[in-house]
Amino acid sequence: MTVEQSDAQLVSRCREGDADAWNEFVERFSRYVYAICGRGFRLAQHDAEDVFQEVFARAFEKLPELRSDDAVRPWLAMLTRRLCIDKLRLLARDTTSEADPDEEEVGDVLAQLDDAMAVRAALDSVGDPCREILDRFFCRDESYRTIGDSLDMPAGTVASRISRCLEKVRVELDGRSRGSRPS
Amino acid sequence: MNEFDEERIGRLLRLLPPAPEGWVRAAQELPAARAMLDELVARAEQDAAFRLQLQADLERAVAAAGYEPSPFVISRLRRLLRTV
Repeated sequence: MTVEQSDAQLVSRCREGDADAWNEFVERFSRYVYAICGRGFRLAQHDAEDVFQEVFARAFEKLPELRSDDAVRPWLAMLTRRLCIDKLRLLARDTTSEADPDEEEVGDVLAQLDDAMAVRAALDSVGDPCREILDRFFCRDESYRTIGDSLDMPAGTVASRISRCLEKVRVELDGRSRGSRPS
Repeated sequence: MNEFDEERIGRLLRLLPPAPEGWVRAAQELPAARAMLDELVARAEQDAAFRLQLQADLERAVAAAGYEPSPFVISRLRRLLRTV
């Protein structure tokens, strides 16, 4: 297992000007911001890139003003959402496309992405080799064969490792869930 | 948070593919880019000739000043210079 730093601890280090912390911050939230742009608002890749860079540029500027370090994820979600809507409105000025997306639909996607981030945090806690193998299979869509070739193991072993690693992540999530329940 | 089973964990992981490497790298380089932007804006504020060069051809002026005129730097600089 790896020692996972909380969002609040990471934000605090960023605020102190720790360059490694900023790299970690971008690494931790890049998938989330990317998924909001793509899955939530279905932005084309080049429009998503504009929003993605703008989100991190504003995050870098505004992080010192964040009221609660724990609230960084919802704050980033709100910022990304707002910038995606601005982008869609800008695009709609030049085309006949709908400017504003279906709020309910976007809300559902964001709720799923929050759950996905919880799974991701559990996966980070479980650490490698499970993190690498599950990331390759589920997030990078690599085949058993490709993973096996890269990690030097038979494809059949990859399948059983994936299964065992999913079980580990489930146990980690159960532990977190029990820990967060009021006693 | 709802209960998680293995199938749901897999489904949720699929929702978070990595962002393109170049995007992540550009965002990570923001602190350095920020320092460069501050320097260019400060120079534009003090040096009228440099300001004119920036207005005439932003990318060229940035490159001539010794910086990499990446699309991100150019777009941020264009925004910042509106207030100069």
